Amino acid sequence: MAEPIIRFSGVTKSFGDNSVYEGLDLEIHRGETLTIIGGSGVGKSVCLKMLIGLMVPDAGTIHAFGQSVTELGDQGLISLRSRIAMLFQGAALFDSMSVEDNIKYPLIEHNWGTPGEMNKRVSEVLEMVDMPGIQKLKPAELSGGMRKRVGLARSIAIKPEVILYDEPTTGLDPVNVRRINGLILSLQERLGVTSIVVTHDMDTVFTITDRLALVYEKRIAFAGTPDEARNHDLMYLREFIQGGRGTLDIDF
Amino acid sequence: MNGFRELLVSVGEISALTVASVRELFKRPFESRLIVHQLEQGGYDSWSITVLAAGFTGMVLSLQFAIGLEPFGASMYTGKLVSLGIVRELGPVLTALLVGGRVGSGYTAEIGSMNVTEQVDAIRALGADPVRKLVMPRVVAMTIALPLLTIMADIVGCLSGAFITMLEVGVTFRFVFDQMTETLWVVDLLHGLSKSVFFGYLIGVIGCWNGLRTFGGTEGVGIATTRTVVYISIAILVSDFALTRIFLAIYG
Ligand SMILES: Nc1ncnc2c1ncn2[C@@H]1O[C@H](COP(=O)(O)OP(=O)(O)OP(=O)(O)O)[C@@H](O)[C@H]1O
Ligand SMILES: [Mg+2]
Repeated sequence: MAEPIIRFSGVTKSFGDNSVYEGLDLEIHRGETLTIIGGSGVGKSVCLKMLIGLMVPDAGTIHAFGQSVTELGDQGLISLRSRIAMLFQGAALFDSMSVEDNIKYPLIEHNWGTPGEMNKRVSEVLEMVDMPGIQKLKPAELSGGMRKRVGLARSIAIKPEVILYDEPTTGLDPVNVRRINGLILSLQERLGVTSIVVTHDMDTVFTITDRLALVYEKRIAFAGTPDEARNHDLMYLREFIQGGRGTLDIDF
Repeated sequence: MNGFRELLVSVGEISALTVASVRELFKRPFESRLIVHQLEQGGYDSWSITVLAAGFTGMVLSLQFAIGLEPFGASMYTGKLVSLGIVRELGPVLTALLVGGRVGSGYTAEIGSMNVTEQVDAIRALGADPVRKLVMPRVVAMTIALPLLTIMADIVGCLSGAFITMLEVGVTFRFVFDQMTETLWVVDLLHGLSKSVFFGYLIGVIGCWNGLRTFGGTEGVGIATTRTVVYISIAILVSDFALTRIFLAIYG
């Protein structure tokens, strides 16, 4: 397999007495879709945030595109964040700004171009997430699913190579879930982006995943294909996957 | 002992935030639009509360002095004392306490809710800097606005004081007014305004600092907001004593 574009090695992270990771190892390859699963509060969001330098690990290294994330300066981090975008758990739209200004935010920060070019890009990405013409709305006027899609539009505005999705479908109705999954797939197929998707939704896992990784006992306990996961010895993993598929007959 | 360590850590964090804000202030392009917006929101919108507080303070102070000095046959000096008290002490401090409660808690609530909804993380993920976008404009705006509000408080306080003095002591308005302008020197004004510059900075920086370290959802925002009002009030009262001592040594 090709050289991974992202690699966590031996990462540890704790908040005060609360230890979240003790030796996190994970590799991500160009163009793949990796899903990260695990119980609530095990540190899935923390893992994504460390990757783009929003949180700093206590020890260990994180490499992205051959650079050590923890050693990047301010400028280095800004350019890393133009290549790796993140869709936050609650979409994290700026409440005080219209949809248009939200999407323009990264464009302005990264000097995208003239106001005309920016407007064009805003309509383009809104088109891509299937919500054309809502430029003037405020986030408060949008439903949960729409907010996630606007958040996604904002994340892809500056054409990142890697997109991190933090629970993109949690709390959405089945139609929106399918729509978002479709978007993740089409971004990967059409634009060749690498996707890392944190999710609780096993349907999402099995629709979009190339590989899945399980966060368990303060590290990545398993990383591999869905088929490998189904036949893995780790019972927690099998339960996790089957539980999500609604199967109750766990055989011991 | 624990409280003392916490205090030291807080002072350290606030100092670091100050340094970071000052650095952003000198980076181009200058974020004048954000600063102006904050001047309107925190500064301009605080004029009514300032006028109200200063007006009644001037009045009650005159009342107390006029009656209190009577037994010594000194009520003629009411105007002198009132103007000194307002310009040196009550104008700056009362304005700072009121505006601090109103604006400082607003800063914490706003930035705190942005923090718990990951909007602060989003600012960084989109290639910008929360200190530049959120903290610096607010600190600068308060540092500019509070002295201006204090000047207004001084004027309103002295005039309303003069009015009550006229009624209570039975002198002409002209007499009290001349007495006040003779009493007050530029140094008195400087004394008061120097303090209010520092108070303005304190309100901005403590409000933002508490916002940025807010955690624990909406409940956390409530806790942080209350805490800000307490911290700002204590900081103003304590630093007022220290600054007064220093300025009395400088200006006499
Ligand atoms: N800023 C922070 N300060 C202190 N503790 C934190 C912070 N962020 C996360 N934590 C802690 O780290 C742990 C992992 O949090 P994280 O948000 O990564 O969980 P998660 O796996 O994303 O859970 P969920 O599925 O609920 O989103 C939790 O115990 C949380 O309390
Ligand atoms: Mg999470």
